[in-house]
Amino acid sequence: MSDPVSALSGKVAEGPVRIEDLAPRAMITLRGKLSDPAVSGALTAVSGMSMPGQRGIAVEGETRLAWMGPDEALLILPRAGLDAALSGLTEKLGDAHALVADMSDARALFRLTGEDAALRDTIAKIAPVDMASFRTGEIRRTRLAQIAAAFWMPQAGTVELVCFRSVAQYAFDLLRQAAAGPRVF
Amino acid sequence: MSTRLTTGGQRIDRSKPVTFTFNGTTLKGYEGDTLASALLANDRMMMGRSFKYHRPRGVVASGTEEPNALLGIGSGGRFEPNQRATMQEVFEGLEAQSQNHWPSLEFDIGEVNAKLSRFLPAGFYYKTFLWPRAFWKHVYEPFIRQSAGLGKAPKDRDADTYEHYYHFTDVLVIGGGLAGLTAALAAAKGGAKVTVLEQEAHWGGRAPVDDGAAEEVAALVAELEGMETVTLRLRCMGAGVYDHGYVLGYERLTDHLAVKSGPRHRLWRIRAAQVITATGAIERPLSFAGNDVPGVMLASAVRDYVVQFGVSVGDRTVVVTNNDDAYLTALALVGAGLSVPAILDARQGGGGALADQAKAKGIRVLTGHGIAKVQGRKRVTGVAVCKQVGEGAVTEEIACDAVAMSGGWSPVVHLWSHCGGKLIWDDAQATFRPDPNRPPTGADGAGFVSVAGAANGLLDLSDALPDAAQTGVMAASFVTGKAAGDIALTDRKPRGDRPIEPVWLMPASARRALRAKSWLDYQNDVKVTDVQLAAQEGFESVEHAKRYTTLGMATDQGKLSNINGLAILSGALDTPIPQVGTTTFRPPFTPISMGAIAGPARAEVFQPLRRSPIHAWHEAHGADWEPVGQWRRPYTYLRAGEDRQAAVAREINQTRNALGLLDASTLGKLIVKGPDAGKFMDMMYTNMMSTLKPGFCRYGLMCSENGFLMDDGVVARWDEDTFLCHTTTGGADRIHAHMEEWLQTEWWDWKVWVVNATEQYAQIAVVGPQARSVLETLGATGIGNDSFPFMTFQDHVLAGIRARVYRISFSGELSYEIAVPASRGLALWEALMQAGAEHGVMPYGTEGLHVMRAEKGFIMIGDETDGTVIPQDLGLGWAISKKKTDYIGKRAQERSDMTRPDRWKLVGLETLDGSVLPDGAYALAEGHNANGQRNVQGRVTSTYHSPTLGRGIAMGLVLNGPERMGETVQFNKVDGSSVAARIVNPVFYDKENSKNV
Repeated sequence: MSDPVSALSGKVAEGPVRIEDLAPRAMITLRGKLSDPAVSGALTAVSGMSMPGQRGIAVEGETRLAWMGPDEALLILPRAGLDAALSGLTEKLGDAHALVADMSDARALFRLTGEDAALRDTIAKIAPVDMASFRTGEIRRTRLAQIAAAFWMPQAGTVELVCFRSVAQYAFDLLRQAAAGPRVF
Repeated sequence: MSTRLTTGGQRIDRSKPVTFTFNGTTLKGYEGDTLASALLANDRMMMGRSFKYHRPRGVVASGTEEPNALLGIGSGGRFEPNQRATMQEVFEGLEAQSQNHWPSLEFDIGEVNAKLSRFLPAGFYYKTFLWPRAFWKHVYEPFIRQSAGLGKAPKDRDADTYEHYYHFTDVLVIGGGLAGLTAALAAAKGGAKVTVLEQEAHWGGRAPVDDGAAEEVAALVAELEGMETVTLRLRCMGAGVYDHGYVLGYERLTDHLAVKSGPRHRLWRIRAAQVITATGAIERPLSFAGNDVPGVMLASAVRDYVVQFGVSVGDRTVVVTNNDDAYLTALALVGAGLSVPAILDARQGGGGALADQAKAKGIRVLTGHGIAKVQGRKRVTGVAVCKQVGEGAVTEEIACDAVAMSGGWSPVVHLWSHCGGKLIWDDAQATFRPDPNRPPTGADGAGFVSVAGAANGLLDLSDALPDAAQTGVMAASFVTGKAAGDIALTDRKPRGDRPIEPVWLMPASARRALRAKSWLDYQNDVKVTDVQLAAQEGFESVEHAKRYTTLGMATDQGKLSNINGLAILSGALDTPIPQVGTTTFRPPFTPISMGAIAGPARAEVFQPLRRSPIHAWHEAHGADWEPVGQWRRPYTYLRAGEDRQAAVAREINQTRNALGLLDASTLGKLIVKGPDAGKFMDMMYTNMMSTLKPGFCRYGLMCSENGFLMDDGVVARWDEDTFLCHTTTGGADRIHAHMEEWLQTEWWDWKVWVVNATEQYAQIAVVGPQARSVLETLGATGIGNDSFPFMTFQDHVLAGIRARVYRISFSGELSYEIAVPASRGLALWEALMQAGAEHGVMPYGTEGLHVMRAEKGFIMIGDETDGTVIPQDLGLGWAISKKKTDYIGKRAQERSDMTRPDRWKLVGLETLDGSVLPDGAYALAEGHNANGQRNVQGRVTSTYHSPTLGRGIAMGLVLNGPERMGETVQFNKVDGSSVAARIVNPVFYDKENSKNV
């Protein structure tokens, strides 16, 4: 059996900001009212983290639980945990009205590392986001120049970013170009 | 002569000489020079030719308002036309060229236009060239194109890159003069995050020259730089103010550098809670005869060149004014050892404290006087003096080589006005200024723009700075919600000016000969007489007069000319200036580069290119790409020596005879789930979807509210609560949004969720008689026609990959569409290629897909539909449920136009000679319509050469088509002839469906 491959097969751009296409993770999209305790409870039970509030993301090790909207959550886990998480969610949700979809392969996941200010500059050149005030624990669904994307900072000096798989090369080229430009702040 | 003085020049560094070229001649300047100051230092007063009359023109200003000194800068991939010499800093190796002349700047053939000026009045375009009609294209336009115009468009690809930056701030101050810096400091001390943009390369605006405030400016900047919450940007123009506090800043990063690296321009896309425009004021010219002769300049510019750059515009400068400010120029010139033969002050009573100083220095002041006429053609040689009242009888002539004029100051209200800020007419200062009671308003109805300093009509620092500080305090309080304290200001006394007296024409009753040489708009060659003619011909609205005369329509957008022009119009109409009003101020403040607007969008990131998980394989195997939305899909796979048609034929034949593969990953895949999913699906689709059993598939149609067919695809019921909707490639995002819109706005209480899972799956169509066999080779079992029938799906493990296999067909062949996670799409594709090798498997592209579906009479969204076609037109009545009470589009399809019997309907078309019908060809009918066009009775919607049948096949919509089987109809061709085609059943191939078993 073949191994799953990421959109850019682990491509890396070195520089003051290092850009890396990460190996496939498990990514599960849940549509359901996050205000419903049955829904948020299922997410907490499977992820071991409590559901973050508006524009929030919880980060622990390789696991991320993100608020994507009042009725949408994104759970990211190590790839090996995919099946267990899918069945766990289905079981815990029971009769609650929700849609659980395996979206592990629908997106590309990038990790950007570098000096904090350089990272913020890189994003601020291509996304309409106030990077000066962006903090760990926040997630922003936004656009990267001409594509949809979301990003967060798991810790200082690191940005993780997702976009649709088909535009991974565009995102990579765009990020590399923005990172190579002069520092602004 | 204009020349460099031996001393002076605040901004130049005499220890750092630089060389540059002007029209190929090497010249010297100093670091800190603008191109304009450096050219003047080299006695290059004449910098261009005017737009219409090709008159010799010299620089008239020293800043952003410059209308004349427009030059081409750079060469090759860095050439850019129409750059203002006053804003371009010199650097080693700079190349500059003058524009709009032939053969040379000094001698220009087009100058003959000036001699013809009586015949080229305002509106000459509209009057002269109406007749004879053919002359426009062949005679007039080529002549005008050759003779008019400024810079030439660059020919090479832009060698530079550009970038954007998204910036957020509490208070944005546009303008880094003393007022802007003061407002910024007050706002910052009040607790706001502050950003200051200054378009020039230095801080302080006019204060270092006019108020000797260089040290005060430096101290302010140092204090602001020391604050964490303050961002300061030089060479960054506030270009436009838009709704919701959105402001564009245009930063020029490398235009002043000899060695260029990194982006050339950066477009700042700023969100500000409060905007303060501290944009200063622009000095107005005076309208007297010959006010465009090189050597006639704004008084402030003459002063700038002496004080900032140590450049004298002339040895003898006559100053002419209607206000006190120009006396500063006289004092500066005399202070630099130059001579000022006279100050002509149009005011009978003359000036105040500054006038007294000038007189004390022994300068001759003639009050109540002005200029009748400037002498000289390519250079000022003298002025003829007259009384300001009267028609211009010359009282004396004064020899001079420069004239410094001042008609007063107009606040720069552009940025205030961009987003709807209103103006009031200030009679005392003879100027428009922002009306504080009618600012641009935000979503909450409160103003989000305030104004400080000279831009607010406060020309004296003793008024301007306390006002600026207060403006900053207010902006900070607005943002923080807390009262902010005042800041300490240097104590200043008023300058003691006497009031300005408006002078719109000099002399006041100038006779026509003088008015016809009095320029209002230098760049577009609009004179006083042109505006008066417009008024006389009935152009009463300022907006109409502007367009008729072209006043203010040049690249400078009338920064110098607008107020003077509308004052002349007001006089001609006998209507007060405020009633005449201004034209509309629109962004950008001055032109910004196209590159800055595009930002990063060029070369490989010009547009996102969507790639399927199998894209790289296609690329490596001869894919001839076709754009489908932002995707690239293989049109066909070319082999050596093959053309497209041959490749398509080979792929189709192999698929029909044995086995073909299609990458169908781009098809939309929407998951719809919930207890109300069935009800929802019944509304979305024309078919009855709620009765579909789990494990089964059904072809469905989606219509818009107006009943028109907008998408189609196969729906699979995954389980009782869950449907998978396949959409067209281009429909994935659109249909997802369509579903969300209905769920969020109309049926918000229905229990349905939708996820767009298009990119989660790679989907591969395995097509042809050997399709079952190859699946079995990869490990599928129990997939015979009975155990895995058509229009069902099953889960299998193929080549070790968990797959969902849909038995659906868009070709008429035995066919399976296999969905696997995208990360394994390539692995499955390669396994299929390997396993299919024994059957001669071939990948086929979108053209093969299209031809095979057309051979089977299947419609294609976008071919058979164009937004005006309903399913009933296409013989798809079977897919429209008669049992359902409603679906989107149902009621619309009952409108009279939708049910009229003579709608064109789908049929197959076969040319009698076997040729391929032209795409989009019309079926001809007898006679002609009211417009003399041939009547038609149908059109071709899809047309191909069918390799399977060896002839052309087509589908089309034809009047009463289905009832006319066998009839022959003529279709038009591009060459004017027509071709005969027979109306046939649209299913050309395997009408019995014998192959899909």
